[in-house]
Amino acid sequence: MRCRKCPTRAVIKIPRHHTAFCGPCLTEFVRTQVQRAIKTERMFTPDDRILVAVSGGKDSLTLWEILLALGYRADALYVDLGIGGYSARSREKVEQFAQQFAEPRQARLLVHQIKEEEGAGIRELADLVRRPTCSACGTIKRYHFNRVALANQYDVMATGHNLDDEAARLLGNVLRWQEDYLHKQGPNLPASVEGFAKKVKPLYRLTEREIAAYALVNRIDYIVEECPMAKGSKMLLYKDVLNRLETESPGTKQTFYWRFLERQANQTSTAPSMQDTDRTVLQPCRLCGQPTTADTCMYCKMMARAKSALV
Amino acid sequence: MMHVSMHVRVNHPPKELEIPGPKRVREVLRELGLIPEAYLVIRNDELVTEDEILRDTDIIDIRPVISGG
Repeated sequence: MRCRKCPTRAVIKIPRHHTAFCGPCLTEFVRTQVQRAIKTERMFTPDDRILVAVSGGKDSLTLWEILLALGYRADALYVDLGIGGYSARSREKVEQFAQQFAEPRQARLLVHQIKEEEGAGIRELADLVRRPTCSACGTIKRYHFNRVALANQYDVMATGHNLDDEAARLLGNVLRWQEDYLHKQGPNLPASVEGFAKKVKPLYRLTEREIAAYALVNRIDYIVEECPMAKGSKMLLYKDVLNRLETESPGTKQTFYWRFLERQANQTSTAPSMQDTDRTVLQPCRLCGQPTTADTCMYCKMMARAKSALV
Repeated sequence: MMHVSMHVRVNHPPKELEIPGPKRVREVLRELGLIPEAYLVIRNDELVTEDEILRDTDIIDIRPVISGG
């Protein structure tokens, strides 16, 4: 199979776009999609300081590489979750990447260690507060990314969520009719209230497969193994279902998520916006000051419970 | 006639096997029950499309692209 843009051999076929690319043309395609996402969704400008949430996986490292290649001012934060060998290996990938791609462009890698700061790794903390590990992990990571972004005056926080992540999350929310969560499913979440950093997802136009291929072609060495805590996760099930549909009917994931975004954008209902709702229901946590619906935020409640159990 | 087969390594969960060639990438994936949308196939360190023919003595790496997200 030949590349559709030049006469060389294709390395990836992209049925949803009826096309196929060689390595260099895939690189151009992926970067164009990211640039389009940034511009059409007004995520940030070249003057903004961006904090990328990196995990050592293909999506976040690819995102950091693309932003740097496009000339954006992007630093990154890695949260070391203390999951034994898995965290050690993923941290090594992040540090190697930073040395190879970020340092030559004067970009910084910030590291936060859960075990050092919170007194235990994520698995132990989740056990102590009797919550599923992925749920505790999400709370802790969101808390620290937001805290670090605000403390270091970054204009925006970028995550590596891709089309598969967003389509799978949308499917999960629709299957349970969790309509309250739908308004937070966009690729650009503004800083709705003081204490929240703006969050963006510049990879939302790209599938996991396209991103993994980009990483491979551009020699981005990422951690291939899955987080041991994710085994049996619902997200993996939804992604599998969507990929089966995609194989039979290319473009399903894109149509499902993008049409949802179009509907959200064209909605003329009298329903309050995300900002209006947040301003009504959120208040500063009495312990840390980050916005919360309760008197104390979930992170501070978890840490209080964990600390009393550790004493 | 000496029979040689391609060496296939599947990541996550790790599995190594020998499959007789020649065979197209999509046939190998079908034989292993893997969905093309969820994997990349790498032949001797080079990414290949589903219509490529894999031959005996090729070293094939099948890498999953899905993460728990």
